[in-house]
Amino acid sequence: MDSGPAELEFDAEIPFTREHPAWATLKRLFHHRLFLSGLGLFGIILLAAALAPWVAPVDPTKLAMRFKFRPPGADFAFGTDNFGRSLWSRVIWGAQLSVIIGFSVVALNAVFGTLIGALAGYFRTLDNGLMRVNDALMAFPAILLAIGITAVLGPSTLDAILALAIVYIPRTARIVRSSVIVLREMEYVQAAVAAGAGHWRILRRHILPNAMAPLIVQLSFLFAYAVLSEATLSFLGLGAVPPTPTWGNIMAEGRQYMIEAPWIITIPGIALMITVMGLNLLGDGLRDVLDPRLRIQQ
Amino acid sequence: MKRNYELASLVLRRVLGALPVLLIVSLITFGMMRLIPGDPSSIIGGLSATPAQLAQIRSDLGLDEPFTVQLLRWYGGLLHGNLGRSILMGQDVMSVTLQRLPVTIALSAYALVITLVLGLASGILAALRQNTWIDQLAMMIAMLGISIPNFFLGLLMIIFFAVRLGWLPTGGYIGFTDDPVGWLRTSTMPAISLALLQVGLLARITRSTMLEVLRQDYIRTARAKGLPRRLVVMKHALSNALIPITTVVGIIVSLLVSGSVVTETLFSIPGMGQLLTQAVLNRDYPMVQGGLFLVTAFLVLINIGVDVCYSLLDPRVRHG
Repeated sequence: MDSGPAELEFDAEIPFTREHPAWATLKRLFHHRLFLSGLGLFGIILLAAALAPWVAPVDPTKLAMRFKFRPPGADFAFGTDNFGRSLWSRVIWGAQLSVIIGFSVVALNAVFGTLIGALAGYFRTLDNGLMRVNDALMAFPAILLAIGITAVLGPSTLDAILALAIVYIPRTARIVRSSVIVLREMEYVQAAVAAGAGHWRILRRHILPNAMAPLIVQLSFLFAYAVLSEATLSFLGLGAVPPTPTWGNIMAEGRQYMIEAPWIITIPGIALMITVMGLNLLGDGLRDVLDPRLRIQQ
Repeated sequence: MKRNYELASLVLRRVLGALPVLLIVSLITFGMMRLIPGDPSSIIGGLSATPAQLAQIRSDLGLDEPFTVQLLRWYGGLLHGNLGRSILMGQDVMSVTLQRLPVTIALSAYALVITLVLGLASGILAALRQNTWIDQLAMMIAMLGISIPNFFLGLLMIIFFAVRLGWLPTGGYIGFTDDPVGWLRTSTMPAISLALLQVGLLARITRSTMLEVLRQDYIRTARAKGLPRRLVVMKHALSNALIPITTVVGIIVSLLVSGSVVTETLFSIPGMGQLLTQAVLNRDYPMVQGGLFLVTAFLVLINIGVDVCYSLLDPRVRHG
């Protein structure tokens, strides 16, 4: 009774069956080329992050000066840096940190972006005030605002997460708000109002489930931005503090030795690229399947 | 006459609409620096500062005054173009910004030209050759562009073009007015590494917008009445596709300024991005506060300009 138009929207490609719509969506996702290649790329990084203690048991901060500047080879798969630290360990533990930061920023956005967007979109009295602050936060160039916030909070992993969440929540809120504004005027919502449903129930049961598709697409791109921005911050010396390995600070340290030991910057750089590209492809795939209005025509 | 009047009222409306945003931006920048945990003067002065020195720093920053007085002072300063004194540079924040911002603007403008030329060209080409290898190649390069971090691309270019081949300097900056060729030599690699993300974004948006327009009935009509394909593409399709694309330019400029932070640091270019990074690392709070506000205010102005251009291009908006 509560489900909205999601079940009523048919796609020409799907024959009429009694299949659960979530199942049908999943099946379409797993037949989507972009989604699958994105999942593959990002899967590598996720796996490395999850299995870090087992695949990279060597302490990423352990110094071994006699092994410094070893090129990638049999002894050290990714070579070593200027302190003889294993780059394999550093890049894999860096992957774990990137994934944790990306996931935290996405989670904070999912909660607060949805909350702010839903309130602004649903309650007209709140809309103006909330969106003015939102617009002001969005007027700042993203990285500059993040840098300004780290000036206040100080450089650390937690502060990078907070800074990036503050930078991106207004963007997420805007996307949720625009879906909510459209859905609020739908007839099935009016029907629910007429049937006596309260605001909370209408938002939770009737509006938000139907606002999820653009949000999920946004969050997968957001994961990519968050990982990229965190790498930028730590490249500038404003993220997690060394010796904690992040892809950004490994590259910043490797800059001095980019001629004699180019692997120190290229390997984390490629890891970063794989992550961002995987998430972008994942986002493209999700958009094609979940939100066909925004599809880049195939 | 009527047209001029319309334009003036349009600009005025946009500027008035931007005022609340600027007001909140200035409140946020002011508030941020007051949220610094602990005493900023002890962070600025360092561990060896004497109580007298700390008191001096506090009174220089106006931190010894009540909050409301500080707020009034900040707004009074804004109205007079006085944003305080940079600790790091020992100069007025406004005058430092006026020296540094043109460098960032020049670099961003160069990157914007690259973005528009490559992004539009590849997007249009991909749309016209939809589902051919040209389309797929263009979209693959666009995907690569939005996925490669600009500082990584910059580092690779430095290794390859500056160190291995020795074609271009590894960093530094020469002003355009001092030496245009030197400017091109120092700005080309930074501008390319800065532009690539936006090239990818614009190519993707241009392609989907063009495909949308090419499916419209009036395009079919134009082709059916025997107009040459080139004319239909350039006149009917492109001019209509460009209207929605214009709105993206404001976002692109904001992304370019954002990206210039790391590009300027990487290539040692003395622009706003490098300055603000240095200011944060050296805890030069007045510079961070003033610089952040001025750059954002500048972007708000750019967006008003883009909005006005958009309205001029689209009669539905102009009269709506």
